[in-house]
Amino acid sequence: MSQTNVAAPTPTAGPATKRPPRLRIRTSWVPVLAAVAILIIMFLAAQLYFGRFLTPRLLSSLLVDNAYLMVLAAGMTFVILSGGIDLSVGAVMAFTGMLAAKLLLIGVPVAVVIPTMLAAGAVSGLIIGIMVQYFDVQPFIASLAGMFLARGLCFVVSLEAIQVKDPTVLGLQSTKLGDFEWYLTPTGIIALVVIAIAAWVLGYTRFGRTVYAIGGNVHSARLMGLPVARSKVLVYVISGICAGIAGLLFTSYTAAGYSLNGIGTELDTIAAVVIGGTLLTGGSGYALGSLIGVLVYGVIKVSITFLGADSSWTRITIGVLLLAFVVVQRLIVRRANRH
Amino acid sequence: MTLPSRKIYAVVDNNVVVEMKGISISFPGVKALDSVDFTLREGEIHSLLGENGAGKSTLIKALTGVYAIDSGSIQVLGVERRFANTADAQSAGIATVYQEINLCSNLSVGENVMLGHEVRGPFGIDWKATHAKASTYLNELGLHIEPRSPLSSHSLAIQQLVAISRAVVVDCRLLILDEPTSSLDRSEVEQLFAVMRRLKDRNVAILFVSHFLDQVFEISDRMTILRNGQLEGEYLVGAINRSTLISKMLGRELAELDLIGRAATRAIDRSGAPVLKVLGLGRKGSIEPVDLEVYDGEVLGLAGLLGSGRTELARIIYGADRADSGRVEVRGVPAHLSSPQQSAHHRIAFSSEDRREEGIIGDLTVAENLVLAVQAKRGWLQKVPRAQQQSIIDEYMVALGIKPNNPNALIRNLSGGNQQKVLLARWLATSPQLLILDEPTRGIDIGAKAEVQQLVARLAEDGMGVIFISSELDEVLRVSQRIAVLRDHRKVAEIDNAADVGVSSLVELIAKEGAA
Amino acid sequence: MTRIFKHRLIWPIAALVALIVLNSISRPSFLSITITRGQLYGSLIDILRDSAPLMLVALGMALVIATRGIDLSVGAQMAISGSVALTIIADSKTPNSLGTVVVAILAGVAITLVFGLWNGFLVAVVGIQPIIATLVLMLAGRGIALLITGGFITTITSTPYAVLSQGHVLGFPVAFLVSAIAIAIVTVLVRRTALGVLTEAVGINPSASRLAGVRSRGIVWSLYGLSGLLAGMAGILYSSNIMAADANNAGINIELDAILAVVLGGTSLAGGKFTLAGTVIGVFIIQTLTSTITFLGVPPAVTPVFKAVVVIIVCLSQSQRMRGWISGLRPPKRLVVTTPNETPIATNRTTA
Repeated sequence: MSQTNVAAPTPTAGPATKRPPRLRIRTSWVPVLAAVAILIIMFLAAQLYFGRFLTPRLLSSLLVDNAYLMVLAAGMTFVILSGGIDLSVGAVMAFTGMLAAKLLLIGVPVAVVIPTMLAAGAVSGLIIGIMVQYFDVQPFIASLAGMFLARGLCFVVSLEAIQVKDPTVLGLQSTKLGDFEWYLTPTGIIALVVIAIAAWVLGYTRFGRTVYAIGGNVHSARLMGLPVARSKVLVYVISGICAGIAGLLFTSYTAAGYSLNGIGTELDTIAAVVIGGTLLTGGSGYALGSLIGVLVYGVIKVSITFLGADSSWTRITIGVLLLAFVVVQRLIVRRANRH
Repeated sequence: MTLPSRKIYAVVDNNVVVEMKGISISFPGVKALDSVDFTLREGEIHSLLGENGAGKSTLIKALTGVYAIDSGSIQVLGVERRFANTADAQSAGIATVYQEINLCSNLSVGENVMLGHEVRGPFGIDWKATHAKASTYLNELGLHIEPRSPLSSHSLAIQQLVAISRAVVVDCRLLILDEPTSSLDRSEVEQLFAVMRRLKDRNVAILFVSHFLDQVFEISDRMTILRNGQLEGEYLVGAINRSTLISKMLGRELAELDLIGRAATRAIDRSGAPVLKVLGLGRKGSIEPVDLEVYDGEVLGLAGLLGSGRTELARIIYGADRADSGRVEVRGVPAHLSSPQQSAHHRIAFSSEDRREEGIIGDLTVAENLVLAVQAKRGWLQKVPRAQQQSIIDEYMVALGIKPNNPNALIRNLSGGNQQKVLLARWLATSPQLLILDEPTRGIDIGAKAEVQQLVARLAEDGMGVIFISSELDEVLRVSQRIAVLRDHRKVAEIDNAADVGVSSLVELIAKEGAA
Repeated sequence: MTRIFKHRLIWPIAALVALIVLNSISRPSFLSITITRGQLYGSLIDILRDSAPLMLVALGMALVIATRGIDLSVGAQMAISGSVALTIIADSKTPNSLGTVVVAILAGVAITLVFGLWNGFLVAVVGIQPIIATLVLMLAGRGIALLITGGFITTITSTPYAVLSQGHVLGFPVAFLVSAIAIAIVTVLVRRTALGVLTEAVGINPSASRLAGVRSRGIVWSLYGLSGLLAGMAGILYSSNIMAADANNAGINIELDAILAVVLGGTSLAGGKFTLAGTVIGVFIIQTLTSTITFLGVPPAVTPVFKAVVVIIVCLSQSQRMRGWISGLRPPKRLVVTTPNETPIATNRTTA
């Protein structure tokens, strides 16, 4: 993505450079590249093992099936970069999906429903952000409360699953653009657009850079006169809006709103973001990395289905990968501190 | 010493940038600043001096909007200002570079310089232009580094200078440098000074805080001395010499200091093996290799200004920080003291200078704090029996006169002096053979001070070895039999505390120039 | 009188009493306890019995939180221990023998003890943040449990195993007695030894504790082990209640309930001072709340909304800003308000 410009040292570096700039990669990209390497290795291994793995259809479905997770990961990247965490995303996704299904059922036009979903996500993020920033509630606990609230509200909307028949919503998933082999659905496009926007905001806006600064050292960020409070609330709002979009994608994917949708999705999201190279302590990572992380997650899931192995291996593998990445991150941080 | 005398007189009548008048700030139980006046002029480098607790930090924090002032006024360029937060102070043109560099080490040099002031184009931040601009600012200060390189890849010195470049971006009128040189080597200090002089030529006022008197005399035009929250005086750099300066910081005339009584010098039996022998113990960046011996019944004083390496030495001996050279013998037997537990095993105790962060366990009671070290030594499985706890508590509450005499009070509610006594008692209850005390009397009232001093003297008379660290030289003289003098992270002298040794002779040793 | 109001348990107790009063007004039978064949029955007894798994988990959680940590993996560990125990019983030729059941229980608890120690290793030795270290097992743990059961819900019939949840001893439900014994053992463990006070010391001021010679690494490590052990026992009780090992649903969200119980009981999430009595009361509050909501005819699935409200109220009431508003004062003027994981600006005041 365009983000690479920021990190890769250009040969014509600063005019002030006395010695020629060495060709080297910024350390923050190392975990992302590691994730890319893992992804490629998994692709190759699967291709060698299964024979027909790297097909256009499978690659297309990898993107389309995980569209909602990509959107959630994009939002989560903001939160984790700022040094926080958002456990509410799975529940908020389920709630907005539920809300949409209900509203569509009682005949509200889809043009009203979709903005309502995004607004519901934004409000939930705002509540969490305010609790974190202004009432000193730990992000973990504040988003936990948000998760409880959203999950409970799902059941207030309806205890049963509600089928969605609206053609616009369903069309997001069922419209297949492209030929028979390579295809992309509107949901996939939305996911990619969200990732692109996230990458742009993080890399090319003052707000984005402030998020990095806060995650790097909130104390310094404040002393530098950056708008810390506003930005910290905003990352949760962004995560909430992403959960709203994910709700739309997921509803379109499953063609129903159901209260038990997305249980545990917050953990998958966090795992994908971390595997994608974002430091859990904040301040380092990329939206693009989170995309890679989601793809790694998707490949693991598909491979395990291909193997005919128990689906529980997905979670175990993700857990082990997460652990490996966290330990490596820890070692990197330790080494940096020793300098 | 080369005094830039021409410049001094040049700045006398420069325009006033900041004028603080009658500033007072108090915290519960302490008057941190007591109607202090302070003036900074354009194009001058002004040093702020004082020992621990003198109020330097508080004054700087008042100036940067971290603390609100209780009374007094702050004028910037003739306009009265009230700072509610750091952003207010910044917008008034006051920029600060702290000892612990307040930048984001996860970002590039250029970003750190430009954060919040990036150049924006139609598609968001124009990184090329931003980095180019950062380069210009860095160049202006003579810094020729790649703005795209990560901040963490540079030395602390460079990071310090990057922080200063950032101050230039925000177009400051006053630059505050709080202990910028404490972790720099000589050539890095030169680089910093070169930058400071450039800024000075651009009419920026610079407030400089450093514990290194050589540097203060080298770079400053003017100095202000604070003591116990009060203004001691403002001097042009040529108008005061080093010894006078130190005695002003310590608050007494040299002659007067020498008259203070001290414990009778006792003869120490140095025929046997010392309780602690340290050979070439050091750690890069904090203390150069040191040899020391402490015998039974002896108090070894460590004298030196703050930042001379006295605390670092104590921490390394105790094993709170790891040494990277040297060895230790306890009673003639080689010992490995690389953790507090190992030291405790050798009956060596250490009381930190930072009572609040490294001493008391605030939310526990006096009794629990008192028994903690004994308990830690026994391990969690064997709780100190109630009766034994009670006897420890009874004994030390009375012996040290801890007030209030209520072992169930939370220790954080006690006064500093009483907290200190509890911490001493915590270690005495483990009956150590060597007690390392780092600033045991800092920030406590006169009465408690005397009690602590007497206690130390008594413990030594009863046969305990003590290492005693204090920035109050008369205190060191009063309790010690031998005194090691530290300067610039190394031991520069060790003397017997004989009758002819006085504060002035210590000051001389501490202040000695060029010996390094 | 003021002393009573200042007691740290006064608010949790008041909340519990209020809930009980509310219940007994809306359904007079709430307080009644009947004795049938020497066994106690009634709503209160149900609460005592149903709260047992949460009680065990919350006790471990309280100690972990006191060290400035958190254990998210307790629910997954419950699933693991239940799966192990039930798989052993299901595979045994003598599912009804007491010996089989004892072996099964010991195996289930032993394996979670190992997992708990694993968590402790990651936190205390490797130095990973507790949330993340335990998140790994939270993610992988259910997968492991599913592998043990082979992806199915293992069901068993074993009379001795059923006693754990169905049986009565001395008139009381066995599950309640198990939790009561756990409370007693943990209380003795932390208060009769020095574990409690050393844990608090480490939680309040880690660096001061280290300098005082406290072996904080070992303490933190073993407390995660204890938390695993207790979660394992909770998993046994849970699986005995449904006589099935349900790897997906056993102990789901119990980590959140446990954290909530600990906080409700008056232990700060910031670590340090902890209260086991408060935690016990916190557990009863949550269980009574659940029971009340069920009685009011609200679908149990909506319970999270009430819990969310409770969490928000408790957290807000602990925040400086809210306290400032309530007492009509602004926050202390020079204490720069920061979140707990930030370094406050105004710390070292005396350092000039």
